[in-house]
Amino acid sequence: MMLTYYRRALQDIFTHRYLNAVTIVTIALSILIASAFVLVFVNANDMIASWEKGIRIMAYLKPGIGEAVLLELKQQIQTLARVQTSRYISKDEALDALRRQMPRQSALFDNLKENPLPDAFEIRVVPNGDGTRDIEALAKRIESIPAIAEVEYGQRWLGQFTSIVNLFRLTGYALAGLFFLAALFIVANTIRLILYSRREEIEVMRLVGATDGFIKAPFYIQGIIQGALGGGVGLTALLFAYAFVSSNIGRHPAVGIPHIRFLPPLLTVGILWCSMFVGWFGCYLSLKQFLKS
Amino acid sequence: MNEGVVKAAVIRLFRVYKRYGGKNALVDLSLDIFKNEMLFVTGPSGAGKTTLLKLIYVGEPASEGQILIDGMNLSRIAHKRIPYLRRKIGIIFQDYKLIPTKSVFDNVALVLEAAGKNRRLIRKKVQSVLRTVGMEERMETLPPSLSGGEQQRVAVARAVVGEPEIILADEPTGNLDPESADAILRLLKTFYAHGATVIIATHDKEMIRKTGGRVILLKDGRLVDELRMPPAADS
Repeated sequence: MMLTYYRRALQDIFTHRYLNAVTIVTIALSILIASAFVLVFVNANDMIASWEKGIRIMAYLKPGIGEAVLLELKQQIQTLARVQTSRYISKDEALDALRRQMPRQSALFDNLKENPLPDAFEIRVVPNGDGTRDIEALAKRIESIPAIAEVEYGQRWLGQFTSIVNLFRLTGYALAGLFFLAALFIVANTIRLILYSRREEIEVMRLVGATDGFIKAPFYIQGIIQGALGGGVGLTALLFAYAFVSSNIGRHPAVGIPHIRFLPPLLTVGILWCSMFVGWFGCYLSLKQFLKS
Repeated sequence: MNEGVVKAAVIRLFRVYKRYGGKNALVDLSLDIFKNEMLFVTGPSGAGKTTLLKLIYVGEPASEGQILIDGMNLSRIAHKRIPYLRRKIGIIFQDYKLIPTKSVFDNVALVLEAAGKNRRLIRKKVQSVLRTVGMEERMETLPPSLSGGEQQRVAVARAVVGEPEIILADEPTGNLDPESADAILRLLKTFYAHGATVIIATHDKEMIRKTGGRVILLKDGRLVDELRMPPAADS
């Protein structure tokens, strides 16, 4: 029976090849645009995660903190979420480091009567691709510890970048949703056109004892094939675009983007499934309405 | 009806009404149709002949009254049971209702495909029935390329290929020349001889005279007369 359905579905696709081609191209374009957004997000996340690796928080201590308190403080910081390591840097160590970094100004340091630098903790965070949203909260938590005088962390710009990426992500979701709906609408309408052009045939089928399932099955198969072909074409087009862009970026390393990658296999399969779902669901909507009438 | 055997009613209509808007198409129609009976439904145009057939194949519901087919009450039949009921009925439509984009073979095969039969059996049965109706040579042809008589023969083949218990024929010879009409009539008689219940809506008196059987006369949707005619000696 399934073979009969496949045969009829393929016959239908061939008979209505122009209408089907339009549907496949529409799905392909929708998938191309939506998955291009996904590709950008995937790579933006990679970039944020790699930049996050460099983030450190400097927590400067109030003067005169005893060793016992220091130990306790280290433990307290270590237990906070997203803290990877914390290293105590005494003010003498900090001054030595400063001297090494600025050898020409060593005379300046020699004239100092007192070390003006505070003791500090250098805290490294676990990267999670979420930018500095959590880090800001972590910094505030650390700052609220009574022994801490001040907290400082670089890469504040990363927070702004993450916010932009997040905004872009939201827009992307909305656009992907719209493209999904557009593809669904077009598939549903193509199938509806095919159904209307074949209404007499469907009527005959019913009169000779065909069940609704017998009538519907080839259309569902047709929708799934349209979805799979559209998704395949869209993703292949994206792969070509990716190959073109990544080879150009490779030639201009000054852009500062370390490496861009294509969609992970699981996500690619997911997008293909999504595309097949669009084809199936478009058919479902049309058939439901048509067979009721 | 084949003589000598008491048959059970395969179709029963009890006080059936059918209205379209305010107009009555069938009025208070009660009728028993027996297994392996040749029944002619006759009357002038608009008498309700086609409507009666439509109610039997559940093309439309009755406005009032009960119709039973093989014990199944059509007024209470679930939508999903209708296809299974229709597989017991072979219908020959006045306008043939062949699918123009499918070959003669595919048109006839559709009945068996819908019933879930396998390809090999479908091929065998379709070829056999097309041979019976004399259309085997043209089984790859599309219906629009056939003459009216040929299309009607394909329609007959499609109606009988599933070996239905009941055959409904709506003006089966209406648009045909006398030769083609005779061929169709012979086919219907063959299936009747094989045990099918054949119900023919027609106003072709010559056809009734040649075939013989029970005749009911409808007028303005009412059953006004009923008689039994023996087949003519020259048929």
